[in-house]
Amino acid sequence: MPRMLPYLLLFPATAFLILFFLYPFTLVAIDSLRHDGVWSLENFDRMAGHWKFGITFRNTILLAAVVVPLQLTLALMMASMVTRLVRARGAVLYIFAIPLGISDLAAGLVWLAIFEQSGFLNSALTGLGITERPQLFLGYQSKGVIFAAIVLTELWRATAIMMVILVAGMGLIPKEYGEAAEVFGASRWQRFRRVTLPLLKPSLQTALILRVIMAFEVFAVVLALGGTNLPVLMSETYHWQFTMQERGVAAAYAMVILGISVGFTVLILRLLHVPKEARP
Amino acid sequence: MTFNRLRSTALVAGILLMAGPALAEPLFWSTQAKPVEETQRMREQVLAGFPGGVDYQPSDEGPWITRIQAEAQAGRGTIAVLGGLHGDLSSLGANLVDLSGIDVSAVGPAMVELGRLGTTEQKYIPWMQATYLMVANKKALPYLPAGADINALSYDQFIAWTKALAEGTGGPKFGFPAGPRGLKHRFFQGFLLPSYTGSTVTEFRSAEAEVAWNKFKELWAYTNPASTGYGFMQEQLLTEEVWVAFDHVARIADAFNQRPDDFVAFPAPAGPKGRAFMPVLAGIAVPTTAPDKAQALALVAFMLKPETQIATLRATNFFPVIATDMPADMPPSVRASAAAIAAMTGAADALPALLPMGLGDKGGQFSQIYTDTFERIVLNGQPVRAVLDEEAAVLRALMIEANAPCWAPDAASDGPCPVK
Repeated sequence: MPRMLPYLLLFPATAFLILFFLYPFTLVAIDSLRHDGVWSLENFDRMAGHWKFGITFRNTILLAAVVVPLQLTLALMMASMVTRLVRARGAVLYIFAIPLGISDLAAGLVWLAIFEQSGFLNSALTGLGITERPQLFLGYQSKGVIFAAIVLTELWRATAIMMVILVAGMGLIPKEYGEAAEVFGASRWQRFRRVTLPLLKPSLQTALILRVIMAFEVFAVVLALGGTNLPVLMSETYHWQFTMQERGVAAAYAMVILGISVGFTVLILRLLHVPKEARP
Repeated sequence: MTFNRLRSTALVAGILLMAGPALAEPLFWSTQAKPVEETQRMREQVLAGFPGGVDYQPSDEGPWITRIQAEAQAGRGTIAVLGGLHGDLSSLGANLVDLSGIDVSAVGPAMVELGRLGTTEQKYIPWMQATYLMVANKKALPYLPAGADINALSYDQFIAWTKALAEGTGGPKFGFPAGPRGLKHRFFQGFLLPSYTGSTVTEFRSAEAEVAWNKFKELWAYTNPASTGYGFMQEQLLTEEVWVAFDHVARIADAFNQRPDDFVAFPAPAGPKGRAFMPVLAGIAVPTTAPDKAQALALVAFMLKPETQIATLRATNFFPVIATDMPADMPPSVRASAAAIAAMTGAADALPALLPMGLGDKGGQFSQIYTDTFERIVLNGQPVRAVLDEEAAVLRALMIEANAPCWAPDAASDGPCPVK
């Protein structure tokens, strides 16, 4: 029996994954490859042929390319800070993690309330006499501002998830390595660069994979702040499914999101690979 | 088999126990009266009068149709009555009960005909109607061009007005519902294009359509750029972010009801081919899977009673489909809209352009073509001719795929509506 125990314990999770992930995923994959009852690439053709596809794809990749590195840097800084804290560590962690408890749509709406034409930022600016009348920050002409607002919201909302993983990772690094480096005269930065970072690779891997996949699925925040002014892959998927009622094309979009998610996951796994014998 | 029957009986009994008294209430599954205040009024002021009560549930179009399809596939369902726009219901023909038994003599014959969905059966009963109007803050009236009659404006006069407003007040004052939830596509399909081309589909890429889009670009220069985020124009009218706006009557009602003395409603402008406008018709239908057909039919008949129609008008700002006397205590929005609708539909150059028909579940894609054309030409500055040619190809393919014949104002066609 003890020999079977691990499998028995794995069973509920496996069954759950098969039923609620693998099975629907297979259906979506089939949907994306069928048109009018025959197997074809017609759905992908229509998706790629639509004038918005290029813009959508670029927006999504660009957003991930800007948000994820910024979040990684911030999360590393926050995690180092928290790890070094002696007192009030719990309180600081808790405060950092507050945005995690807020749904992404709510976070988008919070920041919309700031940037809107009748929002807090405009009230403050006119109240201080800096501008005469409320400015339109999130108009279709200022896609750059919309982009920046989305980046800001994502930073506020989802940096903590990386931080939590990194804090846990840093706690696992034995102190002796750092102390040894210190004995040899390594500076703080050198210790971080040469000791902490390499030993943190497994946690970095997890945090990055999680975050990159989330970045490709960004939806509610973009919808709240940009409406249709800044389309991303996920919003187009929703649009094709519910407004256009074209399930095949929506499924094709979903496959594209899956494709780049898998691609980047493999890339991160490769880049941050730690050989077994090098693990602490 | 006995075991199976026993089990299903137990299941039904269980559901009955859980659902309690709510099960007796017929489920009214609707795409209309979605804003929470309207839903509340539908439940408390309109449907409370139906013996035994009604469970009124509004929903977005996507989930609405998904549930209907699911129940049809399963062969049994819980929905008693469906409420939706003509376009929502037009794809459901095969799943709807024939309602010929219901007395519709008070309803206009053109609307009853629409309810047949091109068949010999009465697939739905007209329920309520509406249209789109222009609204202006009274502060904007002094800027009207000299000699212009607000009830008979042309597009050129309208653009001159918005220009004078933008220059006179220091910022664009026209608002257009171009946000994700805005009804911009209806303006292009039912107002702008038919006014210039006399057509919604056939003349999509004609030289006249090119003129129309260039006119709209002119108008856009005097339109508040925040319009790409607008959904319900009553909000921006009330905050005075805009002074003049186009929207559905139900989406401007709050402006009149909150500040009845500050706004006027007026007909849409006219182009070379006439004063095009889009009447909106909502209908009620009974799915073949309705659990209690007699009760469902009674509810449909109940919705047509004059007092229910007036109550529906109060609740949703959708106008009755039967000729009935308006009580004097109607809300200001109704009085303002009714006058403007009368001026628009009664104008000598009136040109009704119906909501898209026969497109089935392709309605969203049809509208998307007009939205895409707008976004490409107006927001992204792409060349008008090239965009019209490209989108016309998409439109042509869609009409053929949906096999949808032309509807007014396009001339009737055998087979799919052609795109020249």
